[in-house]
Amino acid sequence: MFAFPLLSIVTFAPLVGALIILLFVRGDDADAQKNVRWGALFATTGTFLLSLIIWGRFEYGTADLQMVEEVDWIGTGIDYRMGIDGISLPLVLLTTFLMPLCILASWEAIKVRVKEYMIAFLLMETLMIGVFCAQDLLLFYLFFEAGLIPMFLIIGIWGGGRRIYTSFKFFLYTLLGSVLMLLAILWIYFDAGTTSIPALTAQAVDPDKAIPANIQTWLWLAFFASFAVKMPMWPVHTWLPDAHVEAPTAGSVILAGVLLKMGGYGFIRFSLPMFPVASMDFAPLIFGLSVVAVIYTSLVALVQEDMKKLIAYSSVAHMGFVTIGLFTFNVQGIEGAMFVMLAHGLISGALFLCVGVVYDRLHTREIARYGGLVERMPRYAFVFMLMTMASVGLPGTAGFVGEFLSIVGAFEANTWVALLMTTGVILGAAYALLLYRRVVFGKLEKEDLKAMTDLSPREILIFAPIAVAVIWLGVYPSSFLDIMEPSITYLVEHHNAAIALDAAMQPAGAETLGAAKH
Amino acid sequence: MMYVLITFAPLLGALLAGFFGRSLGDRAAMLITSLLMTLAAVLSWVTLYQVAFGHSPAHVELLSWIKSGDFAVSWALQIDSLTAVMLVVVNTVSCLVHWYSIGYMSHDKAKARFFAYLSLFTFAMLMLVTSDNFVQLYFGWEGVGLASYLLIGFWYHKPSANAAAMKAFIVNRVGDFGFALGIAGIFLVYDSVTFEAVFSATPDYVDHTFMFLGYEVHTLTTICLLLFLGAMGKSAQLPLHTWLPDAMEGPTPVSALIHAATMVTAGVFLVARCSPMFEYAPDALAVVAVIGATTAFFAATVGLVQTDIKRVIAYSTCSQLGYMFFAAGLSAYPVAIFHLFTHAFFKALLFLGAGSVIHAVADEQDMRKMGGLAPHIRKTFFMMWIGSLALAGIGIPGVIGFAGFYSKDLILESAFAAHTSFGEYAFIMGIAAAFMTAFYSWRLLFMTFNGKPRAPRETMAHIHDSPPVMMIPLYVLAVGAVFAGIAFYGPMTGHHWEEFWGEAILILPVHTALEHAHDVPTWVKWLPLVVSVAGIALAWQMYIRNTELPGSFARTHQAIYQFLLNKWYFDELYDWIFVRPAKGLGRIFWKRGDGQVIDGFGPDGISSTVLKLARRASLLQSGYVYHYAFAMLIGVAVLVSFYFYAIGV
Repeated sequence: MFAFPLLSIVTFAPLVGALIILLFVRGDDADAQKNVRWGALFATTGTFLLSLIIWGRFEYGTADLQMVEEVDWIGTGIDYRMGIDGISLPLVLLTTFLMPLCILASWEAIKVRVKEYMIAFLLMETLMIGVFCAQDLLLFYLFFEAGLIPMFLIIGIWGGGRRIYTSFKFFLYTLLGSVLMLLAILWIYFDAGTTSIPALTAQAVDPDKAIPANIQTWLWLAFFASFAVKMPMWPVHTWLPDAHVEAPTAGSVILAGVLLKMGGYGFIRFSLPMFPVASMDFAPLIFGLSVVAVIYTSLVALVQEDMKKLIAYSSVAHMGFVTIGLFTFNVQGIEGAMFVMLAHGLISGALFLCVGVVYDRLHTREIARYGGLVERMPRYAFVFMLMTMASVGLPGTAGFVGEFLSIVGAFEANTWVALLMTTGVILGAAYALLLYRRVVFGKLEKEDLKAMTDLSPREILIFAPIAVAVIWLGVYPSSFLDIMEPSITYLVEHHNAAIALDAAMQPAGAETLGAAKH
Repeated sequence: MMYVLITFAPLLGALLAGFFGRSLGDRAAMLITSLLMTLAAVLSWVTLYQVAFGHSPAHVELLSWIKSGDFAVSWALQIDSLTAVMLVVVNTVSCLVHWYSIGYMSHDKAKARFFAYLSLFTFAMLMLVTSDNFVQLYFGWEGVGLASYLLIGFWYHKPSANAAAMKAFIVNRVGDFGFALGIAGIFLVYDSVTFEAVFSATPDYVDHTFMFLGYEVHTLTTICLLLFLGAMGKSAQLPLHTWLPDAMEGPTPVSALIHAATMVTAGVFLVARCSPMFEYAPDALAVVAVIGATTAFFAATVGLVQTDIKRVIAYSTCSQLGYMFFAAGLSAYPVAIFHLFTHAFFKALLFLGAGSVIHAVADEQDMRKMGGLAPHIRKTFFMMWIGSLALAGIGIPGVIGFAGFYSKDLILESAFAAHTSFGEYAFIMGIAAAFMTAFYSWRLLFMTFNGKPRAPRETMAHIHDSPPVMMIPLYVLAVGAVFAGIAFYGPMTGHHWEEFWGEAILILPVHTALEHAHDVPTWVKWLPLVVSVAGIALAWQMYIRNTELPGSFARTHQAIYQFLLNKWYFDELYDWIFVRPAKGLGRIFWKRGDGQVIDGFGPDGISSTVLKLARRASLLQSGYVYHYAFAMLIGVAVLVSFYFYAIGV
């Protein structure tokens, strides 16, 4: 079973680009920097084009893994195994789409250690694509954890003033989660003798091999620890605003655009299919934390003074929609969650880029320092308005489809959850419009703002593709919903089958328990 | 094809003016959008003729939109009589407002942007009324909300305009919250969100219940009430009305188009559109009737004392929308839509007339600084009179009258004929509001046009009527304000109303308000006219004959006066209940929740411990990368030992 290894090529193409830059570009003068920038842009654009081939060759209408690659790796049952389905593909495309824009966004903003910066970004792209393509637990773990190192470097070296504190925070949060997840992975390997994701998924509906409910609980919690931090879910979200504030613009884009999606992806790839009974049992916990997240972080966003922090808190609120949608176990909820992830990747990425635009000009993110920008920057005001509206889920933009589907899904699962999460729609409008009003509207009074220039051609080149994508996803979301549909329908059926299986096995267990009591 | 043209011509105009406004030039941008709107307006009348009088509803599927499992909706155009009436209202008023704005905005520097917004609004409104499912309706619903937000805040340098724009959007979102949940509920129950599937299945759900928030509730009542929450937001009904008066911060043509004739009536349209559901939810209908009647009364009381010319008309709109709602709540949907139709003409006329006045007196909106304008702007003066006569519903029962006479009186007659306690309540509130309507309308006329001039001398010197590009739209609307009632009274609300409306509106045989409305006692037919004339007489008494009276009344009844002047203190109440606590909680969650509790016990607490240990060891660097690498190292160590274990070393 070995064909043209398209997935591996796409995954490692950025790494090759990084190596070329590392080996062939010498020095740190202006010419070398220019070469590095163009090299990185070529590598990421090339990767994006290659990923379009994946899309072109992707077969709709099946839930099976596609373009599978398998090579023996370490020991029995642990293989280098890649493959994609309707859940992976949209996230791969999101990653490859955002990367060239990140490189462009860093074009002028990054002036020191350009070479290292670009290499870190390219390395990270490889690891991110790897996360979404890996079909082996251990391989996934490697990509998942290693992806943090370049992010760390990006924040640490090119970041702001409080980076030491931020990294400590990040470190502490992540450490706990990843150690627990590794332990769980080891347990699974000992138990099942394989780390193959498809095999482990199939096992959940196999009466002979299904993991007993009580053990599922522990494994679920171990994975949860890692994914909840990554999402991030309340109350382990406090690293995110700090990380965003310290990160350079492109770092924030990747952080919000792709890294946060790994948590959601983890839930949908592992927690839901492999531990269905535990997922079912813990759904109320997820709902509770998510509803708190939506309301709590929206209120916190309302009083922020720093543009990036405000958007970071709004990200936590949006991720609340994702986790709620995922644990509704119905097609609308899960597709909604997936779509929120895609849309949020584009929209929050664009919002951080919007912050970057004014930060590059004035070097402050304090909301109160701005006001009346529309006077001098009408193009910027337009883009910012579009993204603000997309962020509050205006129909016709990408933000609406996922948000609405997850509300529909939640309504089916639990009307209280639906009711409370929908308050986020009101609060979201409040903080987003407040930000826009304070930054863009109002009188142009401050002297230094009067000298601000509108978007440059390079900046337009960054925003235009995102704007088009945001409208496209809003008007014709079928392009992506059709990709997901078979995989998610399968996931829901799989879940129901696993629950039915557990229920079928339950009475026997209950009887023995009853007998023991007597 | 014609329907596609009607709906997308405004979008085309909006895109051209919005993106290419600078290269086209202001003049071209204004002309292109206005001409495209004129095209859409003419075709709308053709549509009304074909669809409503020719009985040929149409359905055009454009593009699949969202498909997720059984949840499937398309972009589509459904043209039935209800849609056709709305198309005529929306496109006619929009077209006239476009032309009017060429004159009104002639001194503004962002003309292309203004026209782009106007056309964008029209497009969203058209998507709203042509939808064949709840989700596209929601698209239009939010789209008009966006356009309204942009247009209220059009003069973005004014803090009050920005605040009003935000308020409008957020208060509307409160309504949309209910609307969205309502749609989710519809999908849960019906497994579909298209009108056709839902409405045809509704008779099967008459006694259906489902679990909502832990209670077993009547399905249709619950869903209808959730939808109505949306309607209350959009149509400024109590207690979600507070945004509408503030929305007057926008340019006056905007007030005429969005905040009088079209967008704010979307809620009434929604209820009429969902008549096949509301008909089976009598409790929901009762709520609609009571909210509508109460708003009609409340808004009229506030309108009595306002001094800003636009705010008076805004409260009047709020009040008239209340009439439409209680008509709908009493199952007289055709009458509600008929009033929506006539109201669009005379209220747009009043607003544009007020705009003409404001234009004449150098952007002054306070009526206390007007007065004596009649001789100087005689044409505008006549137009305002026609609008007021239509609004007050002046006419001789059984003979002839202005547009509002037919529709408003029929609403009151339906309320009387409903013979229910809600009908009686609505009738009493409606009659009281009719009296106040006449009073504040003539108070407005007298304060603005009669008496001694109170404007500065230099302003008075320059007063003149508006140019023809502004006056002609007024004349057209005046024709509507005079004749829209008499022309459409029969087809829309006569005994053969079903012929006109076709399948678009359902009234169950047990709901007889409309059927009996034509046979009420004579005193009921005459009462609205009597109270209106009394209102006019009182206004004349207070503002022409004895001008000391209003002041002394305000002084002697200070409490009532202040209560009305401050709009029953709703804004203060909301600020106190919602706005302050939200911000306060936000601050507490941020500083105490995130800062002290979560970080304090979590990362900060741990890291300070770690730091202490680290200093003691003093060998570790303070760089984070090393810490992380260390963690990875542990991971790798575990892996390696496991690997050895696996291969059996």
